Amino acid sequence: MCLALPARVVSIHANGDLATVAVGGVRKEISLALVEDVQVDDYVLVHVGYALNRLSEEEAQHTLALFAEAGLMPGDGS
Amino acid sequence: LKYIEEFRARELAQTLAAAIRREADPRRHYRLMEFCGGHTHAIFRYGVQDLMPDNVQFVHGPGCPVCVLPIGRIDAAIHLAEVQGAILCSYGDMLRVPASGRRSLLKVKAAGADIRMVYSTQDALKIARANRDREVVFFAIGFETTTPPTAVAIRQAAAQGLTNFSVFCNHVLTPAAIQNILESPELRAMERVRIDGFLGPSHVSAVIGSQPYEFFAEEFQKPVVIAGFEPLDVMQSALMLIRQLNAGRHEVENEYTRVVTREGNRKAKALVAEVFELRRAFEWRGLGLVPYSALRIKQAYARFDAERRFEIPAVQASDVKGCECPAIIRGVKNPTDCKLFGTVCTPDNPMGSCMVSTEGACAAYWSYGRFRRPAGSTGMESVA
Repeated sequence: MCLALPARVVSIHANGDLATVAVGGVRKEISLALVEDVQVDDYVLVHVGYALNRLSEEEAQHTLALFAEAGLMPGDGS
Repeated sequence: LKYIEEFRARELAQTLAAAIRREADPRRHYRLMEFCGGHTHAIFRYGVQDLMPDNVQFVHGPGCPVCVLPIGRIDAAIHLAEVQGAILCSYGDMLRVPASGRRSLLKVKAAGADIRMVYSTQDALKIARANRDREVVFFAIGFETTTPPTAVAIRQAAAQGLTNFSVFCNHVLTPAAIQNILESPELRAMERVRIDGFLGPSHVSAVIGSQPYEFFAEEFQKPVVIAGFEPLDVMQSALMLIRQLNAGRHEVENEYTRVVTREGNRKAKALVAEVFELRRAFEWRGLGLVPYSALRIKQAYARFDAERRFEIPAVQASDVKGCECPAIIRGVKNPTDCKLFGTVCTPDNPMGSCMVSTEGACAAYWSYGRFRRPAGSTGMESVA
C-alpha cells in the first residue's frame, strides 16, 4: 500500500496538474496535485497515481557515500 | 542515478553486513521492529535477515493497512455494493481479503455486485463522472501515504459539483499505532517481543516528516531511524540503530534523506488537514480500539462521506478460527507459529489478511520460502 516508485518526469501538461513520467521503459500519466515546483527531468516518488515528493539527488549521493563509509571503522572517516 | 539499483548493490550490502557484525555487541541482543510491511518484504526478498548476526533480529510491525483493517469494515464495504447498490471502487490490495462468511470483494463481484478495481483516486472520479445516475463509493484505506490522494479527490469532487461520489474512509495513522504497541502491557510483559528500536516508515514519513516520532523516542527512550524501502537502506538503518543503542542514545535519525525531511510534505499535510479530522477511536485488527488513530471526513465535506450518506450497519465480525493474524500484527507471534500457515492458508487460498497483502508478514514468509529453513540452522548457510 505504501509502496512508491521513483520515476523521471518526462513532460508536464499545460495546466500544470498532470505529468507524464517514465518508470523504466513504462510511461504513465500522474497527478502533481501534492507537489510544488516539479520540473522536467526531476525524479519524483509515484504512489497510487500521484507524485508524493521530489527525490534529492544530492541526498541520495550522500546516503550512497555513507553505505561505502560503513566499511571504515567508526572514527576513521566521518 | 535511477534511485533503485544503486540501493540494491551486492558489494555495498556486504560492506554494511560486515560493519553490522563488527559493531553489534555480542553480549547484547538487538530487537528492531520494522513498522512497515514494505520493510518486512525487503528483508525477506533480499535475505537481509540472513546477513545479520544471530543477535540482531527484525520484529515485524503492524504497518500493513490491508492487514489491520477489521473484517467488519470489509463487510460494510460489501454492504455498500450489495445492498445499497453502489459502484464500489477499491484498490486491488483489498479485493481478495477475507470478509465474514468466507466472502471477499472479489467473490461478491463474481456474484454480480458492481465492484471496480482502481489504481488511483482519479480513476474513481472518472467512474463517478461516467455514471452520474449511480452512487459511486471509493473504499479508502491506507496510512498517511495514501490519505493525501483521497483528500485531493474529495476536493475535486466538490469543485466539479459531483453529487454521486462519496468516500468510505478507513485512513489510519502511524504514530498512534506505534504508541499503542509501546504502551501495550502484553508486549511489555513478553521478553520475546521486547523492542529495542524502530525502523521508521519510509513513505508515511515522506508525508508527515520525521518530527512526529520525536515524542516516542523521548517518551519511551527508544531510538527511531527513518529507513528507505531498499535493502541497503534497511541495513544502513539497522547499523544506525545499533550505533545508537551501543551509545545509549534514543534519537530520531533519518536514513531516507533523499525523500524525507523533518517537516514532510507541507502541501500534502495541508490538504489532509482541510478535508479530514481525527476520529476519537478506531478499531485495528490485532490492536483493538486505538484512540485518535484514524481520520474521518470533516463536516464541511459531509456530503462526500459514505458513512453519513448511507445507512451502514456496524458489524462485529470475528476472524477465522485459528487465524493468528491479530497476534502476528502485534509482533507477538511469527507466521510459522500459526497452525493455518502454509496448510490451509496460502496466498492462493488466504484465510487471513496477513497472507493476502503484499505487505503482510505471512505472505513475506511464504513467498520467499524463508520458513523452510531447517530447525537449528544459523541462517548463514544457503537456503535451497
